[in-house]
Amino acid sequence: MLLEPVIGLEVHVQLLTRTKMFCACVSDSSGGEPNTRVCPVCLGLPGVLPVVNKRAVQFTVMTGLALNSTIASDTKFDRKNYPYPDLMKGYQISQFDIPIASGGWLELDSGNRLGITRVHMEEDTARLIHRVDDATGKGFSLVDVNRSGIPLMEIVGDPDISSADDAREYLTKLRSIVQYLGVSTGNMEEGSFRCDANISLKIDGQMSDQRVEVKNMNSFRAVHGALEYEIQRQTEVLEKGQRIVQETRGWIEDQGITVSQRSKEEAHDYRYFPEPDLPPLVVDPIWVEDIRSKLPELPENRRKRFQEEYDLSEYDANQLVATKASADFFEDSLSTRGDKQSIESAIAKSTANWINTDLAHLLNDAGVNIENSPISPASLSEMLAFIEDGTISSKMAKDLFEEMFHTEKGAKVIIEAKGLNQISDDDALAEFVSGVIAENSKAVDDYRNGKETAVKFLVGQVMRVTRGQANPQKATEAVLSQLDRDV
Amino acid sequence: MTQNKNPDLTLDDVKHVAALARIQVAESELETIRTQLSDVLEIFAALQDVDTTNVEPTGHVNSVNSVMREDEPSPSLTQEQVLANAPQEYESFFRIKPVLD
Repeated sequence: MLLEPVIGLEVHVQLLTRTKMFCACVSDSSGGEPNTRVCPVCLGLPGVLPVVNKRAVQFTVMTGLALNSTIASDTKFDRKNYPYPDLMKGYQISQFDIPIASGGWLELDSGNRLGITRVHMEEDTARLIHRVDDATGKGFSLVDVNRSGIPLMEIVGDPDISSADDAREYLTKLRSIVQYLGVSTGNMEEGSFRCDANISLKIDGQMSDQRVEVKNMNSFRAVHGALEYEIQRQTEVLEKGQRIVQETRGWIEDQGITVSQRSKEEAHDYRYFPEPDLPPLVVDPIWVEDIRSKLPELPENRRKRFQEEYDLSEYDANQLVATKASADFFEDSLSTRGDKQSIESAIAKSTANWINTDLAHLLNDAGVNIENSPISPASLSEMLAFIEDGTISSKMAKDLFEEMFHTEKGAKVIIEAKGLNQISDDDALAEFVSGVIAENSKAVDDYRNGKETAVKFLVGQVMRVTRGQANPQKATEAVLSQLDRDV
Repeated sequence: MTQNKNPDLTLDDVKHVAALARIQVAESELETIRTQLSDVLEIFAALQDVDTTNVEPTGHVNSVNSVMREDEPSPSLTQEQVLANAPQEYESFFRIKPVLD
């Protein structure tokens, strides 16, 4: 029995508009004081009329275009009816049969294109909080309407993802695109970028009609873990000859498992119908072309440009463009070094390296985003320049960099305060070298007898007596010149 | 009125519609409602006779399109106004019966 995973992802993205989808209340996912960004429209009071936010439409068109989709010239909104206390009106205004964008794709590093079924607009729900009454021990719920009506964009992918790795890469790239477009923060932990997954296993090439929907995944790692778990679980069920129950399962992060939430035997009956309070939406093709012409540089293009302009490897370039902020950090750092054309590729490469490794590790350990990095792009350049001119060795730079990170002091300040200057002064170095040569006559003899590796040993001794503060290249030169002179 | 003019409408359909409309229907009422709903459906079935071959489907009768507003905020209600109709209030939230996701 050959089993292959079939995964489809649905992503809800909160749009970074100033106001809500259908009313002029301030749209802010961080919420503020409960129930302060609320008006009769998003409160769902009778007799009110929604009006579409133009920027939300623009953002959705931008995303559709960036995902190579077709933009519908005639579209509309529909009512999706379901009773739940987070839905103030008893229905959600969404788009049903005519999404604003359809039929796109997103390319993975492997060159594989994953299909985008559709991108449509809708509104977010109110936030529910669950509490327990201390006195009675009974549960109750609280409603904050601030989130109700925040513009949401739903991006539905084709069910053509076949591994948890590909699913994670798809999401990473998708988030990077919405961040580059500036249409969303893409923050998963804060709920601005939410992912649900549908997963089933193909049996000997036969699609299954029993699919499982997985929810409650709040990070890329969670999505990856939940999908790996589900693939394993469904494989075991099928190998035992049992059938998969169609249901919704929730990911329990700390246990690393999914559990059944509700059985989906009876499909929801949302009774979609065209929203009578909103006229049809005609999207002017001239407007769409205008939006297309103003699209910012997307991650894929930026990666290619980094490889061409700075001679970076695909791997390094990919790491940098994964978030707009780290790619910006890289270019901001280089911009302090002069014109783009005059930057040497060695400088670009070491800058990329320091951002992708040392800085990334420090940020990760501290749980800080690169936007809030204690080391600024200019400060990184300053430190790298000290390595390049031989003031410090790259080994010393590692410790210096950590200290810069934790103290937020500049490289120059720390170098001077701690006397970290590498010994590149010729006279000072010469003294150390002659001392080493005097104490290591055996190595000197070896060299004289043609054993070239003896030089390395002597340079090592110089580094030892200078406590690593000698410039290795200058030390080598000094050792050789003294050995040859003393013949 | 003749019985069962719409043979497609079953008692289960009636229960389903009642559940969607969130109204409680007693077992004894089901048959009456089924008959009445069937009649309503039959009246509307007259619309099927209209020839719509060359008519675009629409959810709207007027010709207004694409009304959009600029993304400019205007003041919301005060918290007091928002919560004025709340059956129960708790730390500036609406307090409701417990719900589980």
